[in-house]
Amino acid sequence: MPTVHFTDAEGAVRDVQGNAGDSVMETAVRNGVPGIVAECGGSLSCATCHVFVREDCLSQLPPMEDMEDEMLYGTAVDREDNSRLSCQLRLTDELELFVTTPEAQV
Amino acid sequence: MSTNAVEQAAPAAAAEDAATSGTPARTGLLIIGASQSGVQLAVSLRALGFDEHITLLGDEDHRPYQRPALSKEFLQGTVESESLIFRSNEYWAEHNVDLVKGEYIVKIDKEADGSGVAHSSSGRQFPFKRLALTVGARARKLEIEGGDLEGVLYLRNADDALALKARVGDATDVVVIGGGFIGLEAASSLQKMGKNVTVLEFGPRLVGRAVGEETAGYFLQAHRARGLDIRLATSAKRFTANDAPGGGGRAVAGVELQDGTVLPAQIVLIGIGVIPNTQLAEQLGLAVDNGIVVDRFALASDGTTVAIGDCANMPNPVPGSAPGERIRLESVNNAIEHAKVAAYSLTGRREEYAGIPWFWSNQADLKLQIAGLCNGYDQTVLRRDEERGKFSVLYYRQGRIIAADCVNAPLDFMAVKNALAKGQNIPAGAAADPATPLKTITTDS
Repeated sequence: MPTVHFTDAEGAVRDVQGNAGDSVMETAVRNGVPGIVAECGGSLSCATCHVFVREDCLSQLPPMEDMEDEMLYGTAVDREDNSRLSCQLRLTDELELFVTTPEAQV
Repeated sequence: MSTNAVEQAAPAAAAEDAATSGTPARTGLLIIGASQSGVQLAVSLRALGFDEHITLLGDEDHRPYQRPALSKEFLQGTVESESLIFRSNEYWAEHNVDLVKGEYIVKIDKEADGSGVAHSSSGRQFPFKRLALTVGARARKLEIEGGDLEGVLYLRNADDALALKARVGDATDVVVIGGGFIGLEAASSLQKMGKNVTVLEFGPRLVGRAVGEETAGYFLQAHRARGLDIRLATSAKRFTANDAPGGGGRAVAGVELQDGTVLPAQIVLIGIGVIPNTQLAEQLGLAVDNGIVVDRFALASDGTTVAIGDCANMPNPVPGSAPGERIRLESVNNAIEHAKVAAYSLTGRREEYAGIPWFWSNQADLKLQIAGLCNGYDQTVLRRDEERGKFSVLYYRQGRIIAADCVNAPLDFMAVKNALAKGQNIPAGAAADPATPLKTITTDS
């Protein structure tokens, strides 16, 4: 089962098991992970599901499309090289992903 | 929603006790409306440490779900019903929130202290110490001949979307009535699904008052270029039935226009706006005027009931708006932000609405994002990048930016949203060149 380890800005860790095919954002929201807002429900309109992906996990993720790239310039906490929008990250069967949520999403 | 998305929620223990004992214990918060705002209110209250019992009650037979995809991804079948569910059952159980599905509240008895009992059409009683109305809005009906034929549909909730999906396979021609966001989103989805779609708009342009002339014109041209048949200033006179043998005479077969033209249609989808649900508020004697009238803290006129989201008429929260100006917003963003205000009110704090209203609408490959409210603008600036398919309209009032409509231009949207939130300006004189990022010309005053 795919697992996502969410670390918040204060360092608290929350491990959530998800379903292959779901996005990291959906997995977070359904389980009430507080660091993800996701106002638009995953339609790439709000940039409030920003996460920082642990460097060694980046290669397991699909490449970023232009729209995600542009949206990341509008996040509440400035983007870094390892920034992604978690609505665009789909879980796969054996994925184990480590992400940190920013201090603010809106 | 498929049936596997509709699991039985835990019964509302307190409510059950009350219903059997006859002496309701008026504890906890009753949220009527398992909507975006109702869900957010429960979530925000728990985040603030509100430890009383919460009952989140809805009249649909589904667990609380997100509506925006109903006209888009869900209709097209690219997302499953399960992914529209807001929170897992475990989340609600862990947070001591009872979900009640399929109960329609018909009457509420309420005392001056804000407590009371709500009665459902099935005879159940739901006692409460505090009441929240997150009852949303309902689709405005088009009352013309043939309006009750099978295949004449609306799109407001999951059952509407399921009814549409059930018919769409057998249909070749669809007439969409109403060129607003819902109509255009659904029309684009249905066109993508291979249907022959015609959109009828009663008014002289698309999308009514939600956007300015330039944006409306852009969408008209863009949709027509994508093959959508859009007819402005056109209305339906009646819907005709299929009278052929075996047709049964009960299913819609066409739309007759005022000039006598008949457009074939096996599905008619009507999206001509919504009416806020104020029946319960009226019965409670609350002030109602285009929605349930609330103050800056989401409190209705009784001073105890909160009302939020699509159903609430609130003081315009946008900085710089005219004193006393009121507004009712229909959006996800408003449902969320208004719920946060109400959560503070219910926990004894007074916090005003934060953030700039924003909206989105995805139609075919056109991704519209709106920041702010353009009401009362006196100047617009267009930013058009034909090559990259980007188009933005910036709205100004007395030289200050107040809003922007951005099509496939998220950087513009983000720049304007952030500037508005920080009270900054984007001077009109420098804004027209699409090669200049708005962020770089934003000023502090």
